[in-house]
Amino acid sequence: MRRKKEIPLEHAPEITVTVNGTIVTRRVPARRHLIDFLREELGLTGSHTGCEHGVCGACTVRVDGRIVRGCLMLAVQADGRRVDTIEGLSDSGELGELQEAFHRRNALQCGFCTPGMLLAAQDLVAGHPDASRSEIREHLSGNYCRCTGYQAIVDAVEDVLAARRKST
Amino acid sequence: MKAPPFAYVRARSLGEVFDLLEHHGESARLLAGGQSLLASLNMRLAAPELLIDITHIAELSGIEVRGRKIRIGALATHAEIQRSAEIARHLPLLSQAAPHIAHVAIRNVGTFGGSLAHADPAAEWPACCVVLDAQFVLRSRAGTRRVAAREFFQGLYATALRPNEILAQVEVAATGTNWRSAFVELSRRRGDYATVGVAALARKSARGVLSDLRVAFLGVGPAPALARASMAALEGKRVSADTIAAAGEALGQDLEPSADLHAAASTKLHLARVITGRALTALAA
Ligand SMILES: Cc1cc2nc3c(=O)[nH]c(=O)nc-3n(C[C@H](O)[C@H](O)[C@H](O)COP(=O)(O)OP(=O)(O)OC[C@H]3O[C@@H](n4cnc5c(N)ncnc54)[C@H](O)[C@@H]3O)c2cc1C
Ligand code: FES
Ligand code: FES
Repeated sequence: MRRKKEIPLEHAPEITVTVNGTIVTRRVPARRHLIDFLREELGLTGSHTGCEHGVCGACTVRVDGRIVRGCLMLAVQADGRRVDTIEGLSDSGELGELQEAFHRRNALQCGFCTPGMLLAAQDLVAGHPDASRSEIREHLSGNYCRCTGYQAIVDAVEDVLAARRKST
Repeated sequence: MKAPPFAYVRARSLGEVFDLLEHHGESARLLAGGQSLLASLNMRLAAPELLIDITHIAELSGIEVRGRKIRIGALATHAEIQRSAEIARHLPLLSQAAPHIAHVAIRNVGTFGGSLAHADPAAEWPACCVVLDAQFVLRSRAGTRRVAAREFFQGLYATALRPNEILAQVEVAATGTNWRSAFVELSRRRGDYATVGVAALARKSARGVLSDLRVAFLGVGPAPALARASMAALEGKRVSADTIAAAGEALGQDLEPSADLHAAASTKLHLARVITGRALTALAA
């Protein structure tokens, strides 16, 4: 016979997430988005909120090594997982080459899109070192920039890929 | 905007999902990748009281090949399908379509089952499943039933899923080596929902003759449907300028596009003809 037990519903579950290498345990409202958890509860305001419905990419963070939309994931869905943000990836030096190339190429103006753009670009640099210019555009298609017109961003990513190919 | 308040529960088994659905009825929603559901909650287009997270139920995940039959779990992500060597070998149509779905960060999380259950008229997977004649495995407390893709999609965001049912997996027969497939889509920006798209599959003889042709469109009607008049115009023929023109002509009977944010109805019909030509050329190549 089937056991009829009450399954506990959580309005404010407790979650444990490894954020930029540090284990964090907090109670969060179920409806809290990962991006708001990072920004408002942990003070990691490098990742931004733009559209809040998945279109602009300003909220891009990494979960278990893959880029995701921080506004389309609940904090509770990150329970037990590893989250990396622009802060952690800057400190570790992983984004160093891209950051320098963005600077050199003027690939940012207001900078609002930049953290998300860097995470999406690094995903390409790490996983697809032979990417062509059109593949770079495709990979960054989910990240809006309202300032640069994109050319300089694609130039910067292209520079990093070319430099890496030369050094290997 | 932010989502309205709701409760959350992480289901550990299908049995738990059925209990929760029974108990909470229409006020509960299943949460898979959340790439459509959370966006619509953020825009306050829906206000469920409970989200049932199904992403930790092992039997809904994975891609499995058993002989000629491929089983794709509802939780397989768009990215998993895009990367899968098994899919590339046995169901190349899905590998061709995957890069058109949204953007990398969304493909990493959004699921095959979520897209099919959501049934957006401009989504890629539904049209592919119709062309591949896929079987959808629907499970509920009452048992398991199988519904063909062609019966599953019933209208705008409407499917054969009953309120207490979950789409558990999709079964598809591998397309053999003498089959060719093509997927062509037009959108304003890479990754946006399609203005219009087409999935095509056919058996091709050594002499280049197409048979068992199957063509379905996305972005032109409330749900994906086979373009039967065009398919008939091509059956047993070789691809040429003439057959492409005949198929395009027949599309006038198959499609009744309605205007949307992207394009007028007449533009859509024109674009459908353009991509049909491209898809047929790809099939013949
Ligand atoms: C900016 C943006 C662009 C996009 N572009 C595209 C695109 O070009 N093409 C495209 O196809 N999609 C696109 N999507 C949607 C994306 O593919 C979603 O992943 C998909 O539509 C839903 O899958 P999900 O796993 O995220 O489902 P969820 O959002 O979790 O769920 C969607 C719906 O299906 C129900 N559901 C989920 N799983 C099941 C199941 N197993 N059984 C029964 N019901 C279930 C849920 O209750 C909900 O009602 C886009 C999304 C965004 C935010
Ligand atoms: S804020 Fe998440 S995609 Fe725009
Ligand atoms: S630099 Fe301003 S949005 Fe990209």
